Amino acid sequence: MKTRLVHWFKFSSPQNFYFLAGRMWPWFATLAAILMAVGLWISFFVAPTDAQQGQGYRIIFVHVPASQMSMFIYIVMAAWAGLGLAFNTRLSSMMASALAPTGALFALLSLVTGALWGKPMWGAWWVWDARLTSELILLFLYLGFLALQSSIDDPRRADKACAVLALVGVVNVPIIYFSVKWWNTLHQGASVSLTAAPSMAVPMLWGMLIMVFAFWMYTIAAALARVRNIILDRERHTEWVKHAVE
Amino acid sequence: MVCGLAPIETGEIRWNEAPIQSQRDAYQQDLCYLGHLNALQESMTVSENLRFITALGGSKVDQDQINGVLSRFGVGGRSNQLVRHLSQGQKRRVALARLALSPARLWILDEPFVAMDEAGIKMLADLIATHLTDGGLAVLTSHQQVPIGAVPAQVLELRA
Amino acid sequence: MTQQGLEKVGLTTVMLTILRREVALAMRQKGEVLTPLVFFVVIASLFPLGVGPESALLLRMAPGVLWVSALLAAMLSLQRLFATDYADGSLEQMALSATPLGLLVAAKALSHFLLSGLPLVLMAPVLGLQFGLDGRSLGILMLSLLIGTPTLSLIGSIGAALTLGVRGAGVLLSLLVLPLYIPILIFGAGAVEADLAGLGASGHLSLLAALLVLSLFFAPLATTAALRISLE
Repeated sequence: MKTRLVHWFKFSSPQNFYFLAGRMWPWFATLAAILMAVGLWISFFVAPTDAQQGQGYRIIFVHVPASQMSMFIYIVMAAWAGLGLAFNTRLSSMMASALAPTGALFALLSLVTGALWGKPMWGAWWVWDARLTSELILLFLYLGFLALQSSIDDPRRADKACAVLALVGVVNVPIIYFSVKWWNTLHQGASVSLTAAPSMAVPMLWGMLIMVFAFWMYTIAAALARVRNIILDRERHTEWVKHAVE
Repeated sequence: MVCGLAPIETGEIRWNEAPIQSQRDAYQQDLCYLGHLNALQESMTVSENLRFITALGGSKVDQDQINGVLSRFGVGGRSNQLVRHLSQGQKRRVALARLALSPARLWILDEPFVAMDEAGIKMLADLIATHLTDGGLAVLTSHQQVPIGAVPAQVLELRA
Repeated sequence: MTQQGLEKVGLTTVMLTILRREVALAMRQKGEVLTPLVFFVVIASLFPLGVGPESALLLRMAPGVLWVSALLAAMLSLQRLFATDYADGSLEQMALSATPLGLLVAAKALSHFLLSGLPLVLMAPVLGLQFGLDGRSLGILMLSLLIGTPTLSLIGSIGAALTLGVRGAGVLLSLLVLPLYIPILIFGAGAVEADLAGLGASGHLSLLAALLVLSLFFAPLATTAALRISLE
């Protein structure tokens, strides 16, 4: 038992994790590609045409998973950053930094697909409903994290400062979401809401689930690949990196 | 690092038999730090600055005590002057005055003899010596020979 | 003679000393206190210039516009909160002093409120009149700002501590802090709107107060952590 634990702990060193991640990420990427292909096929060909919304609604198969992922990634990112702050482990903070761009990407994707959905539905490229607005604010939080990271030169200080920011953000996200919902219901009687998705037929649910998993796999693959680059960059003065790179 | 501001890479620092991280407040009560920066607000007077810093340390000091300690360091008449009107050397002396007013047992001084004239160096040396004979502790860094008299000291030479 | 007989003081005295010091410093550099106030007036005046002087529209816009302008003006002076102390070494002394840093930070945030938030509260009715708000609404506006601006100072101090000594700190500070300000804006402006619509502002005001209490407890913690990181 003890040797097993010791075995896992060795991966908390950037050097060992680098090689582990190198072996792992292609699997996740392949899985992501397969799932995405299946998910998109379901969403385009298998799911029935909606009576009210026609073909346009199919974009929710990307929009909803993207929003969920952007939220989920923020929480995971904050968790990794918090671990890095509490236990002073470099790899945890590197994981947080690796996740941030992917999270921001999903937030952006969610906003764009939301707009693409909104246009045929309500004739407007943007509606200020609670979900989309909260998503926009989440994107701002991601951008703030990335901006803070890039403005601080010392990587350890950047890691810790971003960790504080991410933790403050994670605490604030429920408050922000609540206040935006409140704002929305007060200002619009008949709420124009993108959450009013067509009632889900079974194939649609499957399609959505598969897309969510596809995005998860993509996220893990992207984060692992990105963290390898971060490790190389941060540890570039060490011997093993010099050997690995040549 | 000794002050507890920067994280420790290896080993630990102990005060009163316990690591400093676990007793931050108590440690800081006993600590007085003097670094490169004087920690003096330019737009406030000398007295105001001293009053503020001693208050941070949890003590109150009255004007007589301030005047007394300032004249000890040769900046006696300047208690109501704005710090920005003092010369570098005079500002350093005011920083020394702060040290003298502090009830802390441990003094951590980062290159305290830099930017001081001969008289100032003697004053600081005397101050440290008195502190030590009163039972205090002083940790200091210096690039030059430290002229503190016959007091037992541990000297660590660090080479880059 | 180094151990002078100095009287001990309690923590409240220390906090009051900080407040007095901040106010004294500000009085000696009055420009720094007045600039955000002038900024407030200028921004609020830009909106009618942008959308036209039609009084119904201005009345409708007033709570939001005034709150956004106040928010931006309060944010303007955040950078100075720790910067000067950091530069001359006072911040280091504060971090090393016998007084817990969390309390010092809270005192600083409170002084920021007194020096930038409170003037905004007092200035707001003047601007509100320009937008056609009546007496009762002006009162609610002032109350919402009174409860909201300390929260802005507290949350803003986290941003100020994180960006201490960083390149481009001013704009970065705004980017970090503005998303966190959004709930305060929503409830603050919402209070006045709710009152105008006849729904009563008490719900919004209590939520504002709740945010204030929450930030009073948690913001100094985050700010202290951020300060220690910046001082390393």
